[in-house]
Amino acid sequence: MNEMKKINLIVNDKTYQLEVDIRESLLDVLRNRLHFTGVKEGCSVGECGACTVLIDGVPTSSCIYLAVFADGKKIRTIEGLEKDGKLSKVQQNFIDEGAIQCGFCTPGIVMTTTALVESGNKFTDEEIKREISGHFCRCTGYQKIFDAVKKSLDDK
Amino acid sequence: MFSIKKIYQPITLAEALEIYTSNPQLKIIAGGTDVLISLHHGKLDDVELLSIKNLTELTGINYLTDGTIEIGTMTTFTEIFRNEIINKYIPILAEASVSMGGPQIRNNATIGGNICNGAVSADSAPTLFVLNADLRIVNNEGVRIVPITEFYAGPGKVKLQSGEILTHIIIKKADYKGMYGKYIKFSNRKAMDIAMLSVATLGKVKNNKFTDLRIALGVSAPTPIRCTKAESFAFNKTIKEELIKQISEKTLLNANPRHSWRGSKVYREHLIQVLTERALKEIITMSGGKWHE
Ligand SMILES: Cc1cc2nc3c(=O)[nH]c(=O)nc-3n(C[C@H](O)[C@H](O)[C@H](O)COP(=O)(O)OP(=O)(O)OC[C@H]3O[C@@H](n4cnc5c(N)ncnc54)[C@H](O)[C@@H]3O)c2cc1C
Ligand code: FES
Ligand code: FES
Repeated sequence: MNEMKKINLIVNDKTYQLEVDIRESLLDVLRNRLHFTGVKEGCSVGECGACTVLIDGVPTSSCIYLAVFADGKKIRTIEGLEKDGKLSKVQQNFIDEGAIQCGFCTPGIVMTTTALVESGNKFTDEEIKREISGHFCRCTGYQKIFDAVKKSLDDK
Repeated sequence: MFSIKKIYQPITLAEALEIYTSNPQLKIIAGGTDVLISLHHGKLDDVELLSIKNLTELTGINYLTDGTIEIGTMTTFTEIFRNEIINKYIPILAEASVSMGGPQIRNNATIGGNICNGAVSADSAPTLFVLNADLRIVNNEGVRIVPITEFYAGPGKVKLQSGEILTHIIIKKADYKGMYGKYIKFSNRKAMDIAMLSVATLGKVKNNKFTDLRIALGVSAPTPIRCTKAESFAFNKTIKEELIKQISEKTLLNANPRHSWRGSKVYREHLIQVLTERALKEIITMSGGKWHE
């Protein structure tokens, strides 16, 4: 029998009390237990960024973050961005700029972009590229993603 | 799922040391960006982990009254590269920090984990080598201080005993005051890739002569290394294009790069010289020196 631990997770402003297996990643728990399937699993080894969620506001690859580490932390996933049926500005910008094709990388990049916007900082084009470099997109060729991120940062 | 048998999550260093002393088989996990990858690939198996993630005593950067800079080992690379003290006094470490991984990795990867993992490609290593950084290592009985240049034992191996935790990295004022530094990471991709080769240089120039010069290399030998022969050769010689070439060639006297799929030995030797030359020119310019007549 494997060891279980009780943790409190606050996901998109809702508190969940869970018993998690200590072997589980935060990604496992978000997808399989809580069904936040907007969190994608690409590589499972921190390389692709598809599983990116915000933990206390910080973009983190949830595939290489243990669920037990998340005890007491505030987690935000793509599911939490829309308010009253209305997409967030960042989400809308990704649509308007045509930055989504298959959409697999999108939730992760949108979460990273949301953190950049909320940081209130200004970013040069080079810095924008650096800040989204932890996301692989196999479809768009990145230019439209860059445009959507830039638009989101200018939009504030 | 990761093959983890048990995990301890203490919240004080004292508690962590006590647990570790009575359970010497434990594997420390900090940010987990190396440990969890090893578990995923089955290189580690059925481990009992000691998480030091909650030890707030080990995070943060302090500037002491004598100018010593102390970096807690749980400080992440994002925190280091955004830190004011680091950017003001040792910008080369900010440069090295932002070169590693990608944003999500830097947000969780710690500098202590980078050192203790012992990788020859660790992006913090060459810079900490040229800064003559000291490591503070504690166990249940006390503290020992080890220069980072004596800490590496071989690829993926460092001189840590079971029961020991690396708590701080210490950089003394004499090792950064008046010095200019440059770190160059050479990799196939600009982000999310480890170094094929890396060079850190740190120096002081007076009357267009190097009064202090330090060169360190990553992925150029079984551990990160200092190029002591090139360094002593450079001392007090007038800077010229020719001298820069000679110094760069002499770095090969300490280096012994290997052949791997990432790059051949010959290519690495070429890179060592070319990148050293570039880094030297940068620090000469920063310190107001010149190499052309
Ligand atoms: C996608 C990806 C990209 C990466 N890119 C880079 C890169 O570009 N450059 C680079 O250098 N690295 C890179 N890495 C490797 C890794 O992120 C770094 O080595 C990181 O700094 C490790 O820190 P951590 O806190 O995650 O360590 P952990 O994985 O928690 O630990 C690493 C090792 O150190 C030991 N340890 C940790 N802290 C202590 C301590 N305080 N005292 C004693 N022992 C300790 C652990 O037992 C373990 O053996 C990458 C990793 C991934 C997944
Ligand atoms: S699935 Fe986590 S980074 Fe790829
Ligand atoms: S839209 Fe398909 S991977 Fe990015």
